Parts: sequence; C-alpha cells; structure tokens
Amino acid sequence: MMDREVGKASSQAEQDPMERMSRAMLRARVLEDKLASLYRAGRIVGGVYLGRGQEGLSAAGGVALRKGDVLAPLIRDMAGRLGFGEPLVDAVRAYLGSKLGPMKGRDGNIHRGDLSRGILPMISHLGAMVSATAGVLLAKRMKKEKGFVGLTSAGDGATSTGSFHEGLNVAAVEKLPLVVVVADNGYAYSTPNDRQFACTDLLDRAKGYGVEGHGVDGTDPEACWEVVGRAVQRAREGAGPQLVVGRLLRLCGHGEHDDGLYIDKKMKSSDRGRDCMEVLRDQMKARGLGQNWDRWEKEAQEEVEGAVKKVAEEPLPDPFEEDWRATAMVGAAEAVQKG
Amino acid sequence: MSVTYLDAIRAAQEKALQNDPSVFIYGQDVGKFGGAFKATKNLAEKFPGRVIDSPISEDAMVGLAVGAAMEGMRPVVEMQFADFSTVGLNQMLNHAATTYWRTGKPCPMVLRLPSGGTPGSGPFHSQSMEAIYAHYPGLVVMTPATVEDAYSMLLEAIAMPDPVVFCEHKLLYYHLKAKSLPAEAVPAFKAHVARPGRDVTCVAYSAMVHEALAAAEELAGEGYEAEVVDLRTVKPLDTDTILASVARTGRLLAVGESWPWGGVSAEVVSRVASEGFELLDAPPRRLNAKDTPIPYHPNLWSAHRPTAVRIAEALREVLRY
Repeated sequence: MMDREVGKASSQAEQDPMERMSRAMLRARVLEDKLASLYRAGRIVGGVYLGRGQEGLSAAGGVALRKGDVLAPLIRDMAGRLGFGEPLVDAVRAYLGSKLGPMKGRDGNIHRGDLSRGILPMISHLGAMVSATAGVLLAKRMKKEKGFVGLTSAGDGATSTGSFHEGLNVAAVEKLPLVVVVADNGYAYSTPNDRQFACTDLLDRAKGYGVEGHGVDGTDPEACWEVVGRAVQRAREGAGPQLVVGRLLRLCGHGEHDDGLYIDKKMKSSDRGRDCMEVLRDQMKARGLGQNWDRWEKEAQEEVEGAVKKVAEEPLPDPFEEDWRATAMVGAAEAVQKG
Repeated sequence: MSVTYLDAIRAAQEKALQNDPSVFIYGQDVGKFGGAFKATKNLAEKFPGRVIDSPISEDAMVGLAVGAAMEGMRPVVEMQFADFSTVGLNQMLNHAATTYWRTGKPCPMVLRLPSGGTPGSGPFHSQSMEAIYAHYPGLVVMTPATVEDAYSMLLEAIAMPDPVVFCEHKLLYYHLKAKSLPAEAVPAFKAHVARPGRDVTCVAYSAMVHEALAAAEELAGEGYEAEVVDLRTVKPLDTDTILASVARTGRLLAVGESWPWGGVSAEVVSRVASEGFELLDAPPRRLNAKDTPIPYHPNLWSAHRPTAVRIAEALREVLRY
C-alpha cells in the first residue's frame, strides 16, 4: 500500500488546494534552483532537467491526486511529484546518487520513482509511460479497487510518438481513469511545434481518441488547478481518459547543459512566457496570503538546504557491495548471474 | 487421446488462470475468437474479463502488461507472431527488463511469441527472436521443444517474478504430440540430454531439437553416436550441461534456426571454446539459417534453415576433423 509522506495525508485533504499548489511549486522551484547550482558546481553527474515555468501545470496534477492514485511523471514534474507526496529528500538523493535513494544509484535524476508510493519511474523513451500507467489502472480495476485515477505527463514532442498514440488509444478503448497532461511549451528540445505536428491545436486530438479534452493557460496556476482538478475528477467519476493540454513556455533550456537560445523572443515576452510562480504569488497576495507565501518560500529554502546537507553525508553506491543481478528470481540467482 | 504442443500451451494458460487470480491474458484476437492459432480457445468464456482483446498496438500491449505487473498482476501477452514483437521491443527491453534492477520490485509477465518458420510464411511471419531478447539483462528466454516442456515451462514462466519471453515454435503447434500432459516438470533452467551419444555433441533448441534428433538417427546408421542437448531455456544458459556433454564427446556442433550473426549458437560455441577448450578434439562449429530474410517459397525456405540433412552433414565434418 502506498504510504504518503510525513503523515500529512489527513491534514492535506482539508488544506486549501491553492495552498498545496503554492507549497509544491515553491519547494520545486527552490530545489531546482539548488540542483542547477549543484550541477554548475560539478556535484551532479549526468543531466539536470528542470521544470521552470511549468510548475503550475505539474503541481495541479500532483495535488489533484490522492492516496491510492498513480502518478507517472516526466522530466519537468518536480512540482507534481512533491504535490503528490514524493519526499523531497528522495529527489536530492536521486540527483546526488545516494545509496539510500529510491534508485540506489542504479538510475538517477528524473528517472526516479517509488512503486510503493504509486510513483512510476519513467523510462527515457517518450510516450512509453502512457500505456504503462494504463496497465496499472487496468490492474487496479481487475483487483476491484474503486475510485482511483492515474495521471501521466507528456510534452508536445512526446505526442508525436507511436507509443503516446497507442497508449492513449488503448486507455480509451478500456475506458480507464487516465489523465494525460500535455505541457505544450512550444519546443521539443530545440524543435518547434511546426516541425513536430501539423495540427493547430493538440487538443483537437482528444476527439479523435474519443476522450474528453481540456485546454488551459499553463502559466496561470489557479486555472491549472481548476482545469486539471476537473479532469482528474471526471476520470474519477468514470468518464474515461482525459486529455489536458496546457500552453506555456519552459523558462530554461531543455536541460542545464542547454541555453535554450532557440526559443523565440516574441514568445518569451508574450503572456505565454510569464513565470507561473510570479502569477501565483500575485494570486495568493490577492487572496491576502502574501505573508504565508513568504513564509512558505523560507520554509522551502530551509528544507532544501537541510536535505542537501543530509544527503551529502549519505553513502554512495559501492560496486563491490552491489548485487549486480537484473532478475528477481530467488534460488536461480546463481544461474541468472552467469547469464 | 493425444495432446499437441498447442494444446499444451492452451492447457497451461487455463491452469494458470484457474490457480492464480492475478493471471490474465492480453493480445490481439485472443478473446472470443480464441487467438490466431487458437492458443486461447474457449478461455474467454471460462474466465470472463480475464482474456482480453487488445488493439493492434504491440507497444501498448507490452507497456500495459508492464504497468499491470508493477501493480501485482501476472499478465500473459500473446503476440500474434514473434515478428511483430519488434514493435513492442522498446517496452520489453527498456521497461520490463529494467524494472527489477531499477526499482527492486519484480515485473512478472510473460510475452508469448509464436516463433520460427513454416512453409509459405515468408519474411514477416517466420522469425526467431530469442537472440535479441536474450542479449538484454533482466529477461528470461525460454524455447521449449517438446509438448511436455511447452506445458510445464509455460506454467513456470507465469509463476516467475521476472519478465519471460516464451518462444513457442509454430511448426510444432499441430504436429508434435504427446500421450498426455506431464505430471512432473523438469526445472526450466536445466538443459536436457534429448539423446545420449559418445561421439559428438549437437546443441539445439526449439524446433531444431527435432532436426538434430533426426540427424543423430541418420548418423547412427553410419556407426556414429551423436548426443543431442536440448537447451530448453536459452537465457539463462545451462553451460554446465553443455560442458558435461562436450567432456564426454570432445566435439561440438551448435544449431540455431535464427540468423548466423551472433545469437544463441554463437554464445554456446564461445562458452565451450573459452571454458572447455581442453575438452575439445575438434574446432567447435555452428550451423544457422542463411544470412538473408526468411524466404516465402518452400523450395527456398527448406534450403534457408538448418534441416536434419544439413545438420548430419555438419556433424560428419566435425567428426572427420
């Protein structure tokens, strides 16, 4: 069974969703800023992929899910992961390669997951998590579980894969409670939308799959909460798969190795290039929660600094202690080790 | 009463569905229609909601099974033909096969592959895929050659905590018969000496075991005793049984129906050469299909694959060295 983090599960449900969104997004932004500086300082091996500018859309999915649901995040979903209950320290562990992390140094960064918490560890092949999430949902249905939802993310580029198509199609055929959130940030790595697909709006595809579609301004966290929250609710009620397309911009490169200079300047200065964190801060201030915002930001900074300090002292994976076994079989272990 | 290889596969699935509520079958036309080869005949009626027709989406079929296995089910996916599993290869090699290593959680699923050549099947309905799957860590690859193994190994595959690629040979489906289903099973990871002999070892698997046995029979008329080792499972490979046989005979021919570049027969020869060099009285040899796509016309097809006649020729060469 899934064990949500830090015993907050009971109070979480009563919390204002926008407060949960705010906290998840602030923790994600602060953590990712820290990861970027650790990367530049050479303390992270491998890539660092950030969700800067996409926190609102991502967090909405994580916050809308509840215990017993399943989340299959993609590379820009730090906020959604934290909103759903992934321990922040596990994110740090995955990046710094701690042996105590969920992947034990066997895999890293955004490829982390924790099946016991209902978080699927993504593989790098885009679109692949759509059918896998559908499979988890089919299994839950066969086990007679009720009221569960699965949510997975994709970028505009992932929608071009056969895997994405096959996955969403099969989820629709099986009428599974799957929410697919597409973050359309205009670019797949450096490739703009017009080299990725010829349709004017990805949302039009919902009709072709026979699923409900929802469009949202991905830079507006309140709107994201409303729209993604509604999609999750529709899936939970039995309305079948839901396709959400959020339009936004990533406010960074594809990864921290990439300066992202190919992103159109006009697009950057348009409303699509707004920073959802600033939008949300203003939205919270308008609600009279400005002081809370500052406090949450400070708490996030303390939490991140504490986690990085803690993980820095944790053991790293040791090739001599490693099990080096790719199969689970007990008893046949020796035979399998020999291959 | 007799049981065919295909009956055994159907019976094993029926038994697994009966014994374990977490087992379900997923594939194209497997439901009411009973599958392209009828390997799931009547199972949808007997087990409502657990024998499920999939769309023609091999990637999603395997991906869905991976997700279901992560959630504690034991899916059995039927590919209509092994050849089409290339479309689902990513989910099998990069998702199913890496799950245990990456997460420490098992991914118990079976991918059934109707494999191998039959007359008239041509380039896209004849392939043997075991070498590709065996190359990737995290997968078990089974290649049963007998009715008994088709039954007991499929049951063992479904019960395993790992993703298993189950290569069943289409040529054996209808023609290979046994009196009854086996009451006892030989463990799946153990190779089997299908015919003892003292002069030369012929390692084979799947349908090639029967060609090798026929070749051994032919050589017996010439006074040579060929030992035929049926690998049964190619990953993990039971090197001990192979080396023990070569220790008796001093000579090796490894036969595979798949292509000659790399693969199971190359692995067998490589292991014997490096781990059993002193046992050899002659250079170890391999015999595989020709290095072209698999031909459609029976005249070409029967010349493309190893047959009893070609195996006997190769064995004589190994014996003459």
